[in-house]
Amino acid sequence: MLEINNLHVELEGDAKPILKGVSLSIGAGTVHAIMGPNGSGKSTMSYVLSGRDGYRVTEGTATLQGEDLLAMDPEQRAAAGLFLAFQYPVEIPGVGNMTFLRTALNAQRKTRGEPEVSAGEFLKLIRDKAKSLKIDAEMLKRPVNVGFSGGEKKRNEILQMAVLEPKMCILDETDSGLDVDAMKLVADGVNALRDQGRSFLVITHYQRLLDHIAPDVVHIMADGRIVKTGGPDLALEVENNGYADILAEVKG
Amino acid sequence: MSLAVVKSDPLANRLASSDHVTAGWTAPARAEALARLTAMGLPGRRDEYWRYTRPDALNAAMPLPAMDFRSDEVPVFDAVDRLRIVFIDGVFSEADSDPLDVAGIRVERLADVQGADIHWAQDLYGTLEAKGQHPVARPFAALATATATDGVLIHVTGRALRPVSLIYRHNAATSDAVLHHVIRLDPGAALTLLENGPGAARFTTLMEVDVGEGAAFHHIRAQGRDRDRHAATHLFARVAAAALFKSFTLTVNGRLTRNEAVIDLLGDGGVAHIAGAALGDGAFMHDDTVFMTHDAVGCESRQVFKKVLRNGAVGVFQGKILVKQGAQKTDGYQISQSLLLDEDSQFLAKPELEIYADDVACSHGSTSGAIDETALYYLRSRGVPRKEAVDLLVLSFVAEALAEIADDDLREDIADRLRGWLARRA
Repeated sequence: MLEINNLHVELEGDAKPILKGVSLSIGAGTVHAIMGPNGSGKSTMSYVLSGRDGYRVTEGTATLQGEDLLAMDPEQRAAAGLFLAFQYPVEIPGVGNMTFLRTALNAQRKTRGEPEVSAGEFLKLIRDKAKSLKIDAEMLKRPVNVGFSGGEKKRNEILQMAVLEPKMCILDETDSGLDVDAMKLVADGVNALRDQGRSFLVITHYQRLLDHIAPDVVHIMADGRIVKTGGPDLALEVENNGYADILAEVKG
Repeated sequence: MSLAVVKSDPLANRLASSDHVTAGWTAPARAEALARLTAMGLPGRRDEYWRYTRPDALNAAMPLPAMDFRSDEVPVFDAVDRLRIVFIDGVFSEADSDPLDVAGIRVERLADVQGADIHWAQDLYGTLEAKGQHPVARPFAALATATATDGVLIHVTGRALRPVSLIYRHNAATSDAVLHHVIRLDPGAALTLLENGPGAARFTTLMEVDVGEGAAFHHIRAQGRDRDRHAATHLFARVAAAALFKSFTLTVNGRLTRNEAVIDLLGDGGVAHIAGAALGDGAFMHDDTVFMTHDAVGCESRQVFKKVLRNGAVGVFQGKILVKQGAQKTDGYQISQSLLLDEDSQFLAKPELEIYADDVACSHGSTSGAIDETALYYLRSRGVPRKEAVDLLVLSFVAEALAEIADDDLREDIADRLRGWLARRA
């Protein structure tokens, strides 16, 4: 599904490298987790993959189902099936949540040469999806993320994911700022979307999200590289011993 | 009255083309306005409130030509059940207008009743304008009182069941129109007034509004889209106790637009909101000049102005809140913002607060900025193409001003105009 090979990235206008050769292969229907200390490059990787301005790829490749991601605009990546759930979802006053989502869905469909979804069809679709995430009609009408609590913003991200039905979902610290109940709700939303054709990359600091979204593969990232890869047990090891041991082991 | 045309006197030249009304009940007010105008003269760049906006085209003896804007779009407010009063190049068109008899309101034409004795209108015509000349001179308002050829007099005694809609069409390339409206809302009365259209190649208007105790006045205006039109509009209002005054203006296109508003909150607990959204592309100069006076206890005022500018368009905001002695518990708010879509466009703002009471809450803010890159990235990451994403962010930017329109359908109608303007742009 997603193939990243020897990816090197630096900030535009600053020759300081942030990613120093990341390689990652995520198969269809699998859930990968990336853990790592602050500043290891986890969020940068999610931004680069989704096409945010301000980064320069100096080496390496990233493909989604064989298509060159790095050559596409952000909207083309979305239409190709990539979705990033933001760590800090953006507030957009004056644009209704539903208007936003319908615009996004139809734009993607148009790009893929599919017919647009009518207002009626969309309403039915979004109501079904919203219900399971405990998002009420009032929240759908409000401007995008404006006045939403931290938990509501994250649930709204998952709602977007559910409506847009991407193939490759990246969750950037979706657990940050969530209490246990909210995290459970978000995780349930994600789990409901798991299927054989859809892959996930879950970026997190803590193991606790992975209690709810069980990963197939866990990677540890440090200093712009994947330094260790293992099974779900690796997340438990981090939880118990912190990153220091692993980093020392890798360096040693 | 005959005015000798002296080539070296710009004011005389400007007035030479007008037919001066010298009879009827407006005559004394017109004579006084002409004296005021003569004393203050036409504005120049040295005048403090004309530093950002060049008045040359408004001062000139003849208007610059402007072609009318043609489009297949359904005209704004078309779906609204309303009383239509149509002026073409400033001339009333009976054929295009509805009969002026409506329950709850009395509507008459200024040109019809010059000779009649209409006390309420006589008390207002030129009165608010004269009062509003201090401390800042407003020459084109005085000119409108002195030389208006027509206008409407609206006396609202109850709740008007339908909005009154003033439609200003423009046909002749060099038309020069001056209209003066007078509106009186009795205590507890309510009226929605709609205005749309360019009016003329050069359009000078004045509206004096007297909002009685507990009355509600809603004003929604969409100024004409003719690219080369010039307009100087004036809105003078006095707001009595517990009354509501709301005004919203949408401006897209137009070479020069100067919208002045002078609003006096004179009764306790009055509310006055004035808002505007302006979208300019290229040769576009848009100026909102507002003077809000709190002269009673516990009044609320809001000024919300948003301008979206590109390709060298220029926006100006000069907004003042004056809180007089004794106007305690005043709640004043003012925001003026511009969204600059490129580096060629310009926004000039002069917010002013002058406060003589000690128990008031007044806030003001003015910002100028580009499209928020993070928000743009967020929208694009969801699959929204760049152009559409920018358009959504423009709508987001003006939303606070649009929110000042109380009626949902009218707000949506105005939002449609905005979307249309955006859709026509590459």
